[in-house]
Amino acid sequence: MISVKNLHKYFGKLEVLKGVDAQIAEKEVVVVIGPSGSGKSTFLRCLNKLEEATSGEIIIDGIPLNDNATNINMIRREVGMVFQRFNLFPHKTALKNIELAPIKVRGQGRQEAEQKARELLRKVGLEDKADVYPDQLSGGQQQRVAIARALAMHPKIMLFDEPTSALDPEMVGEVLTVMKNLAREGMTMVVVTHEMGFAREVGDRVLFMDEGIIVEEGSPEEIFSNPKNPRTQSFLSKIL
Amino acid sequence: MNWQLSISSIPDLLQGAILTIELTAVAVSSGTIIGLLMAMCRLSKRKFLSVPSAVYVDFFRGTPLLVQLLLIGYGAPQVLNFQAPDNWFYIASIIALALNSGAYITEIFRAGIQSIDRGQSEAARSLGMSQTQSMLYVILPQAVKRVIPPLGNEFIAMLKDSSLVSVLAIQELLLSGKIIVGRTYQPFPVYIMVALIYLVMTFIISRFVNYTERRFAKNDIR
Ligand SMILES: Nc1ncnc2c1ncn2[C@@H]1O[C@H](COP(=O)(O)OP(=O)(O)O)[C@@H](O)[C@H]1O
Ligand SMILES: [Mg+2]
Repeated sequence: MISVKNLHKYFGKLEVLKGVDAQIAEKEVVVVIGPSGSGKSTFLRCLNKLEEATSGEIIIDGIPLNDNATNINMIRREVGMVFQRFNLFPHKTALKNIELAPIKVRGQGRQEAEQKARELLRKVGLEDKADVYPDQLSGGQQQRVAIARALAMHPKIMLFDEPTSALDPEMVGEVLTVMKNLAREGMTMVVVTHEMGFAREVGDRVLFMDEGIIVEEGSPEEIFSNPKNPRTQSFLSKIL
Repeated sequence: MNWQLSISSIPDLLQGAILTIELTAVAVSSGTIIGLLMAMCRLSKRKFLSVPSAVYVDFFRGTPLLVQLLLIGYGAPQVLNFQAPDNWFYIASIIALALNSGAYITEIFRAGIQSIDRGQSEAARSLGMSQTQSMLYVILPQAVKRVIPPLGNEFIAMLKDSSLVSVLAIQELLLSGKIIVGRTYQPFPVYIMVALIYLVMTFIISRFVNYTERRFAKNDIR
């Protein structure tokens, strides 16, 4: 589903990704962990070309991203993204946030889009918040709307960049529940998070990133209970 | 002081004031369209769009409006070698005012668009929206609300600056006053009335701007 080979990314002279290789299969849930500044967000953002790779190869669902013939908007429809800071559109209600892209990008009819949007709101447990603006929703609710908004495009892959890091602790659970359900439905997911419970429960694989490379990878069990690399050990000892 | 003259000059002055409002309204509304387009160009990654836009803004903000009026009113027919129509000075005034306010409004829109959090366009783009769609449905609706107060101020500035078109013999408010002064040799009673009429107009507009500003502040970002 996702194939990354020798991915390098520079910001000016700063090398942030120093040769990342990763293969992610369909329906796989991959959790990315690592210290702050290690390049996790950059890696994720390269996967839908919010950041352009400096060199290397990224293939999403058989389509190479750095090929000029590739229409990036077509790929982005298939790759949903959820941000740490939600990034809901503040001038639109929850319902309109969800409907917008299906109507404008997929050309869905208004009625169909609205019906689907309401279904998605129900799925994330917010059917009563359809007509509410983002600033009247709690962080956890906003993030659930953001997930519904991404799902409305029927993506094949979902990317999550620390989706619970900006939330008050009591709201983390509701967002993780939505994500766990999604994982169980067979969504292909790449999740940057430090929620070890989530990783153990639904993660198929954990990648540990440090200083722009993937230092170690393995099943959640292997990584959390028996990390081999000293950098992984030291990182885990700090956060567990 | 000759209050009688002040009063009796009002009808003529109001006639001029109507032209002042007309010039200002046409200039600022065309300037808004120019400014919106130029702001898009300015923010484009493509050099052939951003560079001309920057040159345009620098030129019209960096030179006096009076010079621009003379340049277009007298200079353009000469250098472009066309027979100026009878109402050329009127047309030239509108062109100069529109281009001038367009330059200021470009900067207003640019600042407004840039004030919108980057996460907004990233969210839009990550949903598969094109740059244009993201601008149209996500960025501009939010930017417009931030742009309204400075646009109102631009309208007030333009209302006052439009007095400069009297140099092209356009009989707006100021020139209407000058003509009466030329006839009566009584500058003070006439010009004080001219000033009062400008004041009333700018006062009304600034009240209106304050009102919209407060209304938008109330339901903040929506
Ligand atoms: N747009 C950018 N411009 C310059 N440097 C950046 C940019 N985005 C991220 N970086 C730098 O890249 C490094 C990795 O950042 P990031 O991918 O956000 O790490 P993480 O998500 O693991 O915390 C950091 O040193 C950060 O300062
Ligand atoms: Mg990050």
